Amino acid sequence: MNKINSIRKDWSLIETLIAEDRKILDIGCGDGGLMEQLENNRNAITHGIELNRDLAANAIARGFNVVHGNAELDLSQYSNNSFDYVILSQTLQAMMKPKDILSELLRIGSKAIVSFPNFGHWKIRLQLLISGKMPVTESLPYTWYDTPNIHFFTIKDFLNLCNEMNIVIEKSIGLTSKGKQFDISESVTGVNFFTHEAIFLLSYKNYEPIKIKSSKKVFAKNSVIAN
Amino acid sequence: MKTRFTTDTKLESEIAYFENINLKIESGDIIDSFKLAFKTYGKLNADKTNAILVCHALTGDQYVAGNNPITGREGWWSRMVGPNKPIDTNKFFVICSNVLGGCAGSTGPKELQNGSDVAYGGNFPSITIKDMVKAQSLLIESLNIEKLFSVIGGSMGAMQALQWAIDFPDKILNIIHIAGALKHSAQNIAFHEVGRQAIMSDPIWKNGKYFENNEVPERGLSVARMIAHITYLSENAMHRKFGRKLQSRDIISFGFDADFQVESYLRYQGKSFVERFDANSYLYLTRAMDYFDHDETFRKNIEFSHNPNNHLKYLIVSFTSDWLFPTIESKMIVNQLNSLSREVSFLEIDTDKGHDSFLLEEPQLDDVIKGFLTNNFAKIDE
Repeated sequence: MNKINSIRKDWSLIETLIAEDRKILDIGCGDGGLMEQLENNRNAITHGIELNRDLAANAIARGFNVVHGNAELDLSQYSNNSFDYVILSQTLQAMMKPKDILSELLRIGSKAIVSFPNFGHWKIRLQLLISGKMPVTESLPYTWYDTPNIHFFTIKDFLNLCNEMNIVIEKSIGLTSKGKQFDISESVTGVNFFTHEAIFLLSYKNYEPIKIKSSKKVFAKNSVIAN
Repeated sequence: MKTRFTTDTKLESEIAYFENINLKIESGDIIDSFKLAFKTYGKLNADKTNAILVCHALTGDQYVAGNNPITGREGWWSRMVGPNKPIDTNKFFVICSNVLGGCAGSTGPKELQNGSDVAYGGNFPSITIKDMVKAQSLLIESLNIEKLFSVIGGSMGAMQALQWAIDFPDKILNIIHIAGALKHSAQNIAFHEVGRQAIMSDPIWKNGKYFENNEVPERGLSVARMIAHITYLSENAMHRKFGRKLQSRDIISFGFDADFQVESYLRYQGKSFVERFDANSYLYLTRAMDYFDHDETFRKNIEFSHNPNNHLKYLIVSFTSDWLFPTIESKMIVNQLNSLSREVSFLEIDTDKGHDSFLLEEPQLDDVIKGFLTNNFAKIDE
């Protein structure tokens, strides 16, 4: 599975998690490919952030609402609950502070969609075990010294973090390295072993957005009740 | 409102006369009658949906493209506006007017005071960006255009575009705001003040009455221009262009001639400026920029405006080497718009050409302007 196909597959799965006519923020939106797909197929209203100047310029020139900026610095400008979905595709492992980003996603969005390559996949474990060197695979193709991926984690790690942060996993989709798709929550054994890439639909536990409607605007207030 | 239109063949401009209109300006003064000199490019379509207003910067004028009869050179944004250019006049109807207070045919200190044969000079009322935009809106109205597709400007032009978004959001669909800010910073006011002091301390200025003896405070105005010109460049661009290269000589003169190329260049900039610009106009327009301040009011204006502005799209562009209107200033606008979930795009273009970048060859600027206009126009044209 090459990189492009992998991204396309990722996008089509993300699309299945999104309802019609929703407002979406795509973090690391590139040249707006996923935004275009969601506008066309889901009638979404899309906004994006992109760190790479040339990709951001392309996205803007293609007519998308894209802000050239750094998600780790610039997410604070968005208001609470101002999007229906916030998407972080294949980027969490490249963030300086993944936990902070995760809580930002669910502050800005009612729901968050996060996808990432699973570092617990058997091929990676085997590479490390046998060669004794940091693994290099199709989905993690960089050598250790020049990789943008600075926080490696497995599905098990991610599930633990969500639990700790009172985040509810509404849906979870796993992909094997052959592109076979399955529901992570229903597979009990070997999930962390066979999942090549994972996509999660997240929301807060006991999360009740209070929406106050006036004639022109909808004001929303967060009310998260932690356990 | 009855507006009279004429064509000034010497200025190669249309002139719109707003007579007995009693325009109340921000200072509280009333301008009973005024005129605006303007140019148009391209054709207005049948539905009148393709009109774009381009707002010029401090020393700009209505000559965006084509010949400028005052300088005998090409218009100031001819690389951006024209057939098949990023702002494509095959597709869009482009309007540009000389601002109120300017000196290229619109009412300003250089023009005769209403009903007299004496120029305004220092009697011209203090005008603001808001007043300029109000005057432009009357021009657009008199051209029977209900809604502008876009308002575009860099620097002082960006201030006007932002003011349009605040005052007349129901008359526009989007703005392109280049190298601007919510406010004129203390440093920028300081540079303007030095420029104004240079003009006012020229003995020929005579409290703005230099025209009575047909004189021009050339030295003051050219020094003001030289100072300002430095702020439009960047250290790297200056170094790249001039370095420490000497002008028409092999060794330094141990005197105060223009030994260095950069000195000679600035002297030339100052000298050519006085031939085309009025010193009093320079005072009034720099003041208008200084007074521009939406730092605390922008968010409230947009959020609680009496006019609907949810539909507005914003393209905000800044340049890495622009230290007059640095990226941080643009990002403040972007942050406020994002906090209100507005449709905003933002790009910081990597260049060493400084504030002047918006007037120069920057392919990425061309691409985003062209794409933003084309794609958003396609959406309303569906």
